Amino acid sequence: MPLTQIIKVAIQALRTNKTRSLLTMLGVIIGVSSVILLVSVGSGLQKYITDQLEGVGSNLLIIMPGKLDLKTMGSSGGKDIASSMLNSKLELKDAQNLQSGSEYIKAVVPGVAGQAILKYNEQKVSSEAVGLTANFSDVVNSPLAAGDYFTDGDDKIGKKVVILGSDVAKNLFGFDDPIGQKVVLSDERFTVVGVLKNKGVGSTSTSDQVVIPLTTAERLFNQTKMSAIYAQATSSDKMDLAISEAQMILENRLQPDDFTILTQKEILSTVSSILGVLTAALGGIAAISLLVGGIGIMNIMLVSVTERTREIGLRKALGATPNIILTQFLIESVILSVGGGLIGILIGGAGSLALSKAIPSAVTPWSVLLAFGVSVGVGIVFGVMPARRAAKLNPIEALRYE
Amino acid sequence: MILSVQHVSKVYSLGEEEVRALDDVSLEIKKSEFVSIVGPSGSGKSTLMHIIGLLDSPTSGRVVLEDRDVTTLSEQKLARLRNEYIGFVFQQFNLLSKTSAIENVELPMIYGGVSTNEREKRAVEMLELVGLGERLQSHPNQLSGGQQQRVAIARALVMNPAIVLADEPTGNLDSKTGEDIMALFHKLNDSGHTIILVTHNHAVAAQAHRQIHIQDGKVVH
Repeated sequence: MPLTQIIKVAIQALRTNKTRSLLTMLGVIIGVSSVILLVSVGSGLQKYITDQLEGVGSNLLIIMPGKLDLKTMGSSGGKDIASSMLNSKLELKDAQNLQSGSEYIKAVVPGVAGQAILKYNEQKVSSEAVGLTANFSDVVNSPLAAGDYFTDGDDKIGKKVVILGSDVAKNLFGFDDPIGQKVVLSDERFTVVGVLKNKGVGSTSTSDQVVIPLTTAERLFNQTKMSAIYAQATSSDKMDLAISEAQMILENRLQPDDFTILTQKEILSTVSSILGVLTAALGGIAAISLLVGGIGIMNIMLVSVTERTREIGLRKALGATPNIILTQFLIESVILSVGGGLIGILIGGAGSLALSKAIPSAVTPWSVLLAFGVSVGVGIVFGVMPARRAAKLNPIEALRYE
Repeated sequence: MILSVQHVSKVYSLGEEEVRALDDVSLEIKKSEFVSIVGPSGSGKSTLMHIIGLLDSPTSGRVVLEDRDVTTLSEQKLARLRNEYIGFVFQQFNLLSKTSAIENVELPMIYGGVSTNEREKRAVEMLELVGLGERLQSHPNQLSGGQQQRVAIARALVMNPAIVLADEPTGNLDSKTGEDIMALFHKLNDSGHTIILVTHNHAVAAQAHRQIHIQDGKVVH
């Protein structure tokens, strides 16, 4: 009996009990769609963040106060950085030493950060104000959407000028032009000279921040210690040399535990691998749910075989060989799992697409292939036992079954 | 000679005891005969029917179907032979539920490898023969007991079998409907079909042209 015929018989059998077939597929549908959704969110985020970080600057050294370990930073993260900044021992003279005393460092930008409330008319925005030297855009990639950077001269006199992050500008000014307008920043009047382009995500995002001259920030926040020092190496292949040189220079004045030198590359690879692990873990959880879906199929098929004992006896009496019965039931469970897999792929794909408006997510072809392959495998593996049971039924006893 | 059962025994061993369901049974059925096998419950008539229907093999003896020795064939081969040579009619009809009459009748032909067009043609022909030409698409739950049994009979005929083997075909029907079904069997026999009817009911058995009485696993005269 040709395979196509057995497939037709199997389909017919599944259609006589549509509700049960659909409910059985549900487990696989949920499993597959969640695999695809979670993996696509995970890899989408991964790609997005690495893209963003790559835009920051590949020659960048970030000198942070205190001893930070990138690997443990994830869990207590913000807290570590915040407390390090509060107890910072970095000073302006460290930045000056790095600038003047090094061969491999091209430019240095010290920074002082603090929370500030900005007000314009009725609007109020709370934002992180970062005080940087005027050359900051040479070192930290910060293109402007409007206006100008403040000058070295502005910095020297501690002028009250501010460059707004894109979200801050939008929240305070809406569609009005902020350039030249006066805002109240930490209860002092500042003039807006520029607006940053929308760029970056999470910790590298500048859209919620505002930039003011370093001297102004020192006075405003009553702070002589630096929150961070950014430095640019002369070229990316000189990075290692720049790092050891910076370490040497800083250790002239500071203890080794007083600072950490981070490179954008390290941050990138740590973030990437954390996300990679996360994606794999999510995928694993989803795969478990797929397994559960497979067990569900096996369960239902076993029940189905028992319920259809008389029918199986009849089919055998009418001429179905054990092989034909085995194949029929195996095909039934494969149809259920593959059908569920296809629907799951569609739902997962559609979900990823919808989600991509809010969170970066990209459907990866390998996850689709994997999910599909696994659902075929699940159908076969979990269908074998019920199918064999059906095939082995004795037709005489089966026909007598109540 | 359609069927020859030669000194057939069926013995089951239950632990240390031996149960002889059939003991040295011999019989012969000729083409176009209408034969009944009759006996009380436990007489071995069901066992004999299973062996005749190629659903079971004897412990000893020979079974010859249309010159073919079928005694020791594998289940695989027996299934194929059942499909082509035996047309079953059961007491409980055994139609596929939620499936139309015509699809039910087509089922043996699917296993028999008959082409789609030919299948439909033959199914319609047989359903018309049993008087259900108007009910091709009906499902079993839309049919009366008698109608369901007619569908089953049409299904039994569709592969043009050597033997129509009926197990208590009127057992689940009222007497009037039972008479109609028996009339149908007579009609089929008149047109040449070989019919073996297994029953414990002597009135039904008497309607056949020849009766084989069975008791305690043996044929009695």
